[in-house]
Amino acid sequence: MVSQLTTSERQYALVTLLLLGLGGLAMAAMGRGDPIAVHGYIVLLFAIGLSFVVMAGYYAPEPDKDRLSRYYDDPTRVGIVLSIAWAVVGMFVGVWVAALLAWPDLTFDQAWASFGRLRPVHTSGVIFGFGGNALIATSFHVLQRTTRARLPGQFAPWFVLLGYNLFCVVAASGYLIGVTQSKEYAEPEWYADIWLVLVWVTYFLIYLRTLARRKEPHIYVANWYYMAFILVVAMLHIVNNIAVPISWSSAKSYSVYSGVQDAMVQWWYGHNAVAFFLTAGFLGMMYYYLPKRAGRPIFSYRLSIISFWGITFFYMWAGSHHLHYTALPQWVQTLGMTFSIMLLVPSWASAGNALATLNGAWHKVRDDATLRFMMVAAVFYGLSTFEGSFMAIRPVNSLSHYTDWTVGHVHAGALGWVAMITFGSIYALVPWMWKREAMYSSRLIEVHFWLALSGTIVYVFAMWNSGIIQGLMWRTYNESGSLTYSFIDSLVAMHPYYIARAFGGLLFLLGAIVAAYNVWMTIRQSKLEAAQGKEDADIPLFARDAVQAGE
Amino acid sequence: MELEKRDRVTGRTTTGHEWNGIEELETPIPRVVFFFLGATVLFSLICWVLYPTWPLGSTFTKGVTGFDQRNLVTEQVAKADAERASAWAGKVETMSFAEIEADPALMQPVKEAGRTLFVDNCAVCHGVSATGGPGFPNLTSKSWLWGGEPEAIEETIKVGINSTNDDTRVSQMMAFGRDGVLAPEQISNVVTYVRSLSGAEGDAAKIEAGKEVFAANCVACHGDNAKGSHDVGAPDLTDHFWIYGGDVNSVYTSVYSGRQGHMPHWDARLSPLQVKLLTVYVHTLDGAPQ
Ligand code: HEC
Ligand code: HEC
Ligand code: HEM
Repeated sequence: MVSQLTTSERQYALVTLLLLGLGGLAMAAMGRGDPIAVHGYIVLLFAIGLSFVVMAGYYAPEPDKDRLSRYYDDPTRVGIVLSIAWAVVGMFVGVWVAALLAWPDLTFDQAWASFGRLRPVHTSGVIFGFGGNALIATSFHVLQRTTRARLPGQFAPWFVLLGYNLFCVVAASGYLIGVTQSKEYAEPEWYADIWLVLVWVTYFLIYLRTLARRKEPHIYVANWYYMAFILVVAMLHIVNNIAVPISWSSAKSYSVYSGVQDAMVQWWYGHNAVAFFLTAGFLGMMYYYLPKRAGRPIFSYRLSIISFWGITFFYMWAGSHHLHYTALPQWVQTLGMTFSIMLLVPSWASAGNALATLNGAWHKVRDDATLRFMMVAAVFYGLSTFEGSFMAIRPVNSLSHYTDWTVGHVHAGALGWVAMITFGSIYALVPWMWKREAMYSSRLIEVHFWLALSGTIVYVFAMWNSGIIQGLMWRTYNESGSLTYSFIDSLVAMHPYYIARAFGGLLFLLGAIVAAYNVWMTIRQSKLEAAQGKEDADIPLFARDAVQAGE
Repeated sequence: MELEKRDRVTGRTTTGHEWNGIEELETPIPRVVFFFLGATVLFSLICWVLYPTWPLGSTFTKGVTGFDQRNLVTEQVAKADAERASAWAGKVETMSFAEIEADPALMQPVKEAGRTLFVDNCAVCHGVSATGGPGFPNLTSKSWLWGGEPEAIEETIKVGINSTNDDTRVSQMMAFGRDGVLAPEQISNVVTYVRSLSGAEGDAAKIEAGKEVFAANCVACHGDNAKGSHDVGAPDLTDHFWIYGGDVNSVYTSVYSGRQGHMPHWDARLSPLQVKLLTVYVHTLDGAPQ
């Protein structure tokens, strides 16, 4: 892979790694005794490790000019592998924290294994590690194919992908040693946040520069979504993470916001992270891989447009529904509630647009588990956005808030929508990337599909039950006007559901492991039979004559 | 202009654009989308008219209902309190402990409310059925540190033990070994003696020697007969209930390193009525786990 880089790109890489390594060294030296030093060593090791990789290929001959007439897919390939690896790790920790809720003693008396530390490893592992890598990998692929332009350089995409993974590693390792800003989904501390800003701005620039070089007259809708994802996440990340470190040699910082303002900024961030990371980005994925795989045109161009702008506009206001019945002024809650209701329309329009695109391809949905993954994802997207709008209504929220219902809702979206669309897209993309006819085993895709679907259903039903029981127990009064149940009583009632959830999650995790195996075998086969590799079915960069319809 | 393309399945024309094989149909937006958009916007408009919604500089639109969640909660809590007061809580506030416990009709709601309060606030330490655990006393044992009268229990709950309250009860079992007051041999003896008081077997000579150590060092707090003292919160060492465990190691540690249990004070967190309910609840716990 290094041999594909030009000599000057190799030099860029080495200089960047040198700077990064020095940064790590400084952190390690200045932060003696502070957790930031641990991160300094991790950064240093990362830089040294990658330098070896670059140096090993440093004297390889320059790549031929031919490469400029092909798409640049190496970062996408690596991104897919990283995404799957994070999926297995993140979901494994998910099953672990699920088990901890059922059997709290599983911490083995180790601080790092406590629920509070493992939980963010799970959430960041799956959202940023699994989801984020999949988004980066697919966005580079989709961007090039739909603009018919090659990525502008070969260094920047690597900087984005590997820099992003460094962020993920620093984040996850930090939680284990107790480094956190205690803002949900924004737990990493100030130095990791600053690094992510550099990575993210580069990501956005790659997008803009490639779009500027596009040879298609119009920008495909998938790219709008990917761009909204990149742009808004940058904005959210910067605003929510403004903080003052207690010193340059300490991992600890204090947010510039306090009290209810802090809560509002956090949930404006948190909710839009769901909107633009877990929704917009994955809609971008769906808008490319679903019609590609189904071989069908998008049902309605206009519907794509209004749902894009609807989602972008309405979501921005909805975050306060996370703070119903709190110290947040009531007018902000009313706004959040009503915008959450209106948000349902563009959300369902997107889901409907995806499902209607399958008209004329339903026989493929039946036979092809890959396409079925994407179809089910669109259905779960519709279901969980409906549920979300419903839960945003204040009286409903007074029952659901703080209960497992929320967790069930999150996972209907996370497992049913985010993970399913990602697995579907990966199954479509891997054979294209490794020049194979198909995945190593379509039976294993089928197995994965049923594991994933049953796992999701078990998980979501368990949490609906436990959430509603919990909510009701907390508000049940006896005749004498006292609360009938104590909090511990509700925990006792949750126990069987927690076991069921852990089981559902285990099924889902098994599915992810099956996927990892299948992808691995596909890649291996591709290497074994590299010679008889299948030719690219994509429309080539320069020629426009060979237009095929459908696939 | 490219040639107009038509999709075979739907018969619709495409927009004429194509991206790596993906096309888009010219399908108009289905009517129902506008219908639902209208419905949700209408719902929102109604909410905006009824409830506080839009910021206006330093204030906001109040909505025609004048609805305010804070007032609502205050009113509802006041109403519920009033109902409870007239039903039974008022009596609890005014009646003496003896009167309350003698009134079975009143004890029913008191026990219900008491249990929920206890399990929500106290069970983390004392256990759901109040039987305690290592380091936390069993409240059903009737072997009281500070006395079993309701007044004593109420005081403990209010001010706590070794707590941050100014009037806290102070309980201190000294570190006889660590502070060098007693030699290891003496400690070993007194431990054997103390354990023998509740029936544990032990070397007779050690028990005899331990008895002397006890008389010289321990009776000030634990009393001549080792039955404890409610004035300093020293436990009865002759019964089968141990806070920290009755095996040799635990008792040795108690004497060697001392003990200083911590029980938070609740006067700032719970209302006088709640403390009273808890007092009656704890006082009438009937030994056996519930
Ligand atoms: C943080 C743990 C903790 C909590 C919570 C707690 N306690 Fe205690 N409590 C203790 C400890 C420890 C002691 C014994 C202190 C000692 O050993 O001197 C104690 C002692 C007591 C005693 C004195 C027992 C005696 O023999 O005199 C009473 C009564 C009591 N607690 C009631 C309560 C009630 C009622 C609550 C709930 C409102 C409560 N406790 C909550 C830790 C706790
Ligand atoms: C200054 C008063 C004082 C003196 C003197 C004292 N104790 Fe204590 N002892 C206490 C108090 C108070 C406690 C309860 C401590 C707590 O629970 O936090 C206690 C607890 C204990 C316990 C633990 C009981 C249990 O239930 O686990 C043992 C054993 C004990 N004392 C033995 C002794 C022996 C033996 C001596 C003499 C060598 C001694 N004490 C001297 C006040 C005293
Ligand atoms: C193997 C499957 C999974 C299991 C067993 C699992 C389990 C869990 C558990 C136990 C929690 C903590 C709930 C609580 O605090 O009560 C949690 C939270 C969370 N998980 Fe998962 N999870 C899985 C997959 C995923 C995936 C794939 C995603 C996203 C792509 C995800 C996103 C989240 C989020 C966002 C939260 C926080 C929810 C909240 O704060 O309400 N999970 N998960």
